Amino acid sequence: MANFNRRSFIATAGAAAAALPLVGGKAFAQEKVKVGFAFLGPIGDYGWTWAHNKGREAVNAAFGDKVETVYVENVAEDASAIPVLRDLAQQGCKIIFGTTYGYMDQMVQVAAEFPDVKFEHCTGFKRSDNLATYNSRFHEGRAVLGTIAGKMSKSGVMGYLGSYKVPEVVLGVNSFLLAAQKQNPAATLKLVFIDSWFDPPKEAAATETLLNLGCDLVTTHTDSPAALQILEQKGLFGFGQGADMSSFAPNAHLTAIEDIWGPYYIERVQAILDGTWASADTWDGMKEGTVVISPYNKAIPADVVALADGVQAGYKDGTYDIFTGPIYDQDGNLKVEEGKVMTLGELAVIDWFVKGVESAA
Amino acid sequence: MRIKLEKRPEPSRLMLVITPIASVLLTMLVGVVVFDALGIDGQRAVVDIFLTPLLASYKWQDVAVKAAPLIIIGLGLSIGNRANVWNIGAEGQYIIGALCAAGIGIAAGTSGGPFIMVLMVLAGIAGGSAWASVPAVLKTRLGVNEILSSLMFTYVALQVLSYLVGGPWKDPNGRNFPATAPLTADQALPLLPFTSVHLGVGVALVLPFLFWLLMSKSVFGYQIRVVGSAPNAARHGGFDSNQTVWLAMLIGGGMAGLAGALEFAGALKTINLGFPSGYGFTAIIVSFLGRLHPIGVLIAGIVLAVTYVGGQVAQTTVHIPNATAGIFQAMMLFFILASDIFVRYRVRFIPAAKSAPAAGE
Amino acid sequence: MDSAFIISAIITIVGISTPILLAGLGELVAEKAGVLNLGVEGMMLIGAIAGFAVTVYTGNPWLGVVGAGVAGALSALLFGFFVLTLNSNQVATGLALTIFGTGLSSLIGLSFVGRIVPQFGSVFPRELATDPIGRLFFGYSPIVYFALIMVVLVAWFLKSTRSGLILRAVGENDLSAHSIGYSVIAVRYAAVAFGGAMAGIGGVYFSLVITPMWAERMTAGRGWIALALVVFASWRAPRLLVGAYFFGVLMWLELNAKAGGLSFLPGAALIPSQFWAAMPYLMTVVVLALISMRDRIGSNAPACLGKPFLPAT
Repeated sequence: MANFNRRSFIATAGAAAAALPLVGGKAFAQEKVKVGFAFLGPIGDYGWTWAHNKGREAVNAAFGDKVETVYVENVAEDASAIPVLRDLAQQGCKIIFGTTYGYMDQMVQVAAEFPDVKFEHCTGFKRSDNLATYNSRFHEGRAVLGTIAGKMSKSGVMGYLGSYKVPEVVLGVNSFLLAAQKQNPAATLKLVFIDSWFDPPKEAAATETLLNLGCDLVTTHTDSPAALQILEQKGLFGFGQGADMSSFAPNAHLTAIEDIWGPYYIERVQAILDGTWASADTWDGMKEGTVVISPYNKAIPADVVALADGVQAGYKDGTYDIFTGPIYDQDGNLKVEEGKVMTLGELAVIDWFVKGVESAA
Repeated sequence: MRIKLEKRPEPSRLMLVITPIASVLLTMLVGVVVFDALGIDGQRAVVDIFLTPLLASYKWQDVAVKAAPLIIIGLGLSIGNRANVWNIGAEGQYIIGALCAAGIGIAAGTSGGPFIMVLMVLAGIAGGSAWASVPAVLKTRLGVNEILSSLMFTYVALQVLSYLVGGPWKDPNGRNFPATAPLTADQALPLLPFTSVHLGVGVALVLPFLFWLLMSKSVFGYQIRVVGSAPNAARHGGFDSNQTVWLAMLIGGGMAGLAGALEFAGALKTINLGFPSGYGFTAIIVSFLGRLHPIGVLIAGIVLAVTYVGGQVAQTTVHIPNATAGIFQAMMLFFILASDIFVRYRVRFIPAAKSAPAAGE
Repeated sequence: MDSAFIISAIITIVGISTPILLAGLGELVAEKAGVLNLGVEGMMLIGAIAGFAVTVYTGNPWLGVVGAGVAGALSALLFGFFVLTLNSNQVATGLALTIFGTGLSSLIGLSFVGRIVPQFGSVFPRELATDPIGRLFFGYSPIVYFALIMVVLVAWFLKSTRSGLILRAVGENDLSAHSIGYSVIAVRYAAVAFGGAMAGIGGVYFSLVITPMWAERMTAGRGWIALALVVFASWRAPRLLVGAYFFGVLMWLELNAKAGGLSFLPGAALIPSQFWAAMPYLMTVVVLALISMRDRIGSNAPACLGKPFLPAT
């Protein structure tokens, strides 16, 4: 800067100050923007909520003093979420993230009560002017896991620990098994729904049940490392979800799907600061970096690692999609024709399982 | 110097009123100490839990909505408790009442209006009473302890809930998430005029006065009180203890069912697995803290609702878990139970005897 | 349905049944002395977090079990103070203990979420537990064997020792026991403390063995099943053992129904999993009814159960 003097400084500062009101919304430079998070479980669950919390920490790191984040843990998927969401709005949050499906109707209600506050619902499908939805293509990660499972399962019978028969879980199951069947056409899958996202004793008992029924490998779609602990005790393999769970099961944990929410949260908070926030439905995946595979266990042979890496690369450059036909459902009907790829719209409402899935429901 | 307990000829009325107040205050004091010891800002925590919900007007609606079921169930339970009938299954009756109301809603399809609403409420009362009638029949016909039988039926009710919302009554548009379809706008209870709380809150505020009239003016009220405090005298007076058990259980169950129906039709408009909030158990605390008196129950219900709402506030401000509200509720109950001794006994301080001990001491 | 399936099913069932067996055994002793302690769930959770915390700090799960027992006993003594010394209502006090224990354990557990603990070594030499049959007998956690030993000890204590007789007398007719000269209150305190210790160890089985971690409310209502179990077993220790494993089978059936694994039972697919989950409670009610029908002749429920001790001094 050649001629920095007081005058040019004041001029620049004046210009900046004059421009402030043009930075839309209600965000003033000196007032911290409050960002609220409603978490389903504890931030120490080393799974789903832990990952969302990491995203929150990323927001803190990216924006420093401009932003203040607040969070509430263990907000149940019932009416008690309403006062919590209201409280966050009343405390002055400008944007509130609700991190589980079961907050849907509550967020719709509270969003209507606070039209100036922006709400974002994770894995939901109801939107309004100030309620957006966001999701992650976890099933892309399941395809990687399924590839490894197909190769590493000796019995060819895999276990899947699920919560509810919601599309997210159905997609995970289908993607996992389809990928496994590419490596082992005879692979089948036993599925159990425990009617909860987080219930360690039930997850453990359900895992044991799956093992009793002949599975030699289990992947978890619930939020705690309980399943992996059982697998570790029995000397078997499995996969984690939400975060790298290897510290709980160093031998059993082959790899996990890690949810990386930071970039999305930062983007949306920036939109609040810029005044450009608009309701949308965002469904990012491996390409955008929201789905990451954690480091492979040393026990996975090199050729299997190569296959898994291949799937990842395929998703990142768009050349691979597990939901490419022909795909048959449990009863043998052809649901997706050869060569056709299922659209995101179809994936969002899916309620049928692929051939080879054995479940009670 | 020793402490001598002299039984009072009659329970002290002054103590009856002071002890609940003292219990609450003592709980707050102990809370500050305990939290400080755990490294949490004790004063802030206790203020947030006990005072903020009362002082911040935007929290009043949350307190009111939370207090409604507690008060209604508490009223029913206090009738039973006075008659020495111990209905521990209020939680189950609450759930069944709500399910019956939900069933009406589902059967009604899209039609709504006052007729449907009244039907839902009546179904709730009927369902709750019916659920309570099983322990009643077991007690009157077979002498089965109603504490254990009503408790067991609570857990059966949970399974009935799980079956219905996960199966036949699942919302077909809910992407397989186990929950009933939300009530339409003309099926849900209207709001009280000039407020944002539902009609059920109004019911909860009026019922205590009706119960007070009933208990103090009617023969039935007299019957309940006599049977409870002097069963032999009651029999001589011609009051059939079996009939008392029936009435106590049916009223307790009916009130719990009513609370469930109102909570469903007014506050939640849908039922999912998270519906059981433990109100049936907390209402036992409410009835004790309220000294089994209808107006006491009204006040105690509000106090406990404050701790629930305050607990949520404290979650965001001092980061204590939701379950901490339970610690305070339990402490209040402990103190009120302990303070019973002041109601029944007069505490005398006797100076140490220097002469030979009196005979019989 | 081959032998491998049966063996692995039995191993799972033993694991599921152990916590309710322990808590049930403790509650049985308390109830035999005449005290109804509904706070089992709270005591189990207190034991679970206390044992977990001790294990985290000492690195020794055995000390954790001891810590769990002590914590459970202390919480039971708190309950005992209210109902035995202050004569407060047992039902309400027990409920307060449950709510208190749930909240306290969650609060203390805050700093323990995500922590990992060392596991128990095996009790028997490893070579014994390599094949399925070996695992069936020798592959369990030490707490499982402890529970079985305690069943024998408690049964023997209640039936064949003088102290056991006194305890039962206190539960059947406290006024008579008092007039003979036994301290009803002291006996009940001891019984309640034992109940708390056992509940605490039952709880720590969750946080140290089943899923070695801490999560809020991780006992998931098993304390209430333990209460049902005591009634189901007609307050007799050997029946408690059978009942615990029977309830374990029902819980196992529930999970298998959810997993679609009941194909070996014809028609089982039509029975919803919730039916099996409700069975322990329904069966307990049936047993309650049967006992009460026989009540004309005489039942096993301690006559003073739940009633305060009111000597006419």
